Amino acid sequence: MQYIPQIIFAIILIFGIGFFAKNVLRLRRNINLGKDVDVSDNKPQRWKNMAKIALGQTKMVVRPIAGFLHVIVYVGFVIINIEVLEIIIDGLFGTHRIGQKFLSESIYGFLIGSFEVLAVLVLVSVIIFWIRRNIIKIKRFLSAEMTGWPKSDGNIILYFEVVLMCLFLIMNATDSSFQSLGSGNVISQFIAPVFSGLSESSLHMVERSAWWLHIIGILAFLNYLYYSKHLHILLAFPNTFYGKLTPQGQFKNSDAVTKEVMLMMDPSADPFAAPAEDAPDPEKFGASDVTDLSWVQLLNSYTCTECGRCTSECPANQTGKKLSPRKIMMDTRDRLEEVGKNIEANNGTFVDDGKQLLGDYISNEELWACTSCNACVQACPVSIDPLSIIMDMRQYLVMEQSAAPSDLNNMMGNIENNGAPWPFNQMDRLNWVAEK
Amino acid sequence: MENILKVPTMAELFAAGEQPEVLFWVGCAGSFDDRAKKITKAFVKILNKANVSFAVLGTEESCSGDPAKRSGNEFLFQMQAVTNIEVMNAYEVKKVVTACPHCFNTIKNEYPGLGGNYEVVHHTQFLKQLLDDGRISMEGGQFKGKRITFHDPCYLGRANGVYEAPRELIRKLDAELVEMKNCKKKGLCCGAGGAQMFKEPEQGNKDINIERTEQALETKPEIIAAGCPFCNTMMTDGVKNKEKEGAVEVMDIAELIATAEDL
Repeated sequence: MQYIPQIIFAIILIFGIGFFAKNVLRLRRNINLGKDVDVSDNKPQRWKNMAKIALGQTKMVVRPIAGFLHVIVYVGFVIINIEVLEIIIDGLFGTHRIGQKFLSESIYGFLIGSFEVLAVLVLVSVIIFWIRRNIIKIKRFLSAEMTGWPKSDGNIILYFEVVLMCLFLIMNATDSSFQSLGSGNVISQFIAPVFSGLSESSLHMVERSAWWLHIIGILAFLNYLYYSKHLHILLAFPNTFYGKLTPQGQFKNSDAVTKEVMLMMDPSADPFAAPAEDAPDPEKFGASDVTDLSWVQLLNSYTCTECGRCTSECPANQTGKKLSPRKIMMDTRDRLEEVGKNIEANNGTFVDDGKQLLGDYISNEELWACTSCNACVQACPVSIDPLSIIMDMRQYLVMEQSAAPSDLNNMMGNIENNGAPWPFNQMDRLNWVAEK
Repeated sequence: MENILKVPTMAELFAAGEQPEVLFWVGCAGSFDDRAKKITKAFVKILNKANVSFAVLGTEESCSGDPAKRSGNEFLFQMQAVTNIEVMNAYEVKKVVTACPHCFNTIKNEYPGLGGNYEVVHHTQFLKQLLDDGRISMEGGQFKGKRITFHDPCYLGRANGVYEAPRELIRKLDAELVEMKNCKKKGLCCGAGGAQMFKEPEQGNKDINIERTEQALETKPEIIAAGCPFCNTMMTDGVKNKEKEGAVEVMDIAELIATAEDL
């Protein structure tokens, strides 16, 4: 009989972690639907970027208020989770506060004391975050794409964190043996009087309930990640690792096009040559759906936590155009999820659903509003590159559909005919020298 | 007093068996746009004054391909790039300077993958180097104490991390450099990048160049300095829209220096 709580605990733990693992596999499969790209270069720089940007939060603090609060929540969450280790050991082995056995009283007290202080700081930060979203109504949280689920999602995450922090503090406050130690209860000693009217057994009840709800809450939160925008707490690390290393202004050259161009420039190429029998179909230019994007771009879309810094810096968005880089990322993720579900429903193969990223999610108008200024790329705290997706989709529009705005067709015609975007003769290129 | 510009072409120098120190890539705007031609001339005047051995490609130059690539026409871009690279490689070009950040970015970053490897600098970097090497000297002259704000071109700043060279030059003019609320990494685009220069903007509530001009005017400048022919056009239009053309001038860094030196 005495093992029942431990067995229940083990079952909850296995179920919680197992379900999460299943979703991680799903995530992996979806990301791998993207085209392969070689990102194996310059590992030292990649580790450095990850350490600086994800671990060190260097780009978060560009905006001091949100950045500072985020650092508190981030540090708090990482450090307080050390406590989870103790909870898991206690839960599996039926011990109580195993840390006290292995650590000296002062060290244990110091650890729990720091957790309690951090818990309060996290609580305060999260409440400020909620106020920023719901009362001050900061503009970037109110864009068109931030209604419905994305809005609720943002708040649910904050509620989760409030509940988890409160449970942690209540758990400590109602633990009479811990309170009697008088060490480490820096915050909970002020909460303990709230429960002073309770009998010993009801106090124990409250403590146990808080303990169980805390660990169940953490497992629930872990599993909520996949269904929310909050995956960044995990994916920020790989995403900054695989982020772009070349100058922001450098857009990739298409190898397939290079092959064509080189063939055209080669005087010895046979103009009548038929492709080899076993030649693969010519590659599609650009992207009209998620499977045309690279897996790094798809990883980008899952990493996006919809903070909207990209959109708030976007010159097109600031001047009322439809383009929002955040929406580009959200659309990419939502379409990828749809494709993933389609694959699951059809036993592992994708069955054409008559939809695609272009048109059904992202409109031409959004794509043509971009000035390619890189403000969104610069603003992203976790190295997401919405611009690369916009450029790939423009490439599809122009090279597969000839669907450029007519002004741009004129410009491209000029370049083709006379080597300048305007209709001037190439032979007149040096006329400025003699002009007054 | 208009001095006669000395603008040798690569073909002329090659025929004479000479190799210039640097190729001046003029670009389409610098060759054809009336406003941008003034920037080209100002830069050449400084090069002539400093006795820099340079040459242009002249009629052998063609669009770098930037607007084609940013519009999505990768094929046209690569055709332009490969053609230009053939010409430059035939002349054994080692170093390129250009007053257009779009050409600068494309030749510097996107040509190497197609066989064009050159040291590419923006004209503000080149001028800064001339100054550091003592090949030109600058005194504030008429710009002494004037309020000048610098508009970062996206393809120079964020795209390639060049923020200081143009600012150093403005400071050297003894001018008062004032920064806009969005500058350097947070600089706001003028609205012309990504081939927007060649099309009407999408439906919105404001044009981007107006937004940027408003930011510039907030600093109460006498001069808005630019380092890109497209930014120059957009900011000039913005200043006209705000009916400030009598009070605020939009000038390229090269023009500032050439004017200060009375060239």
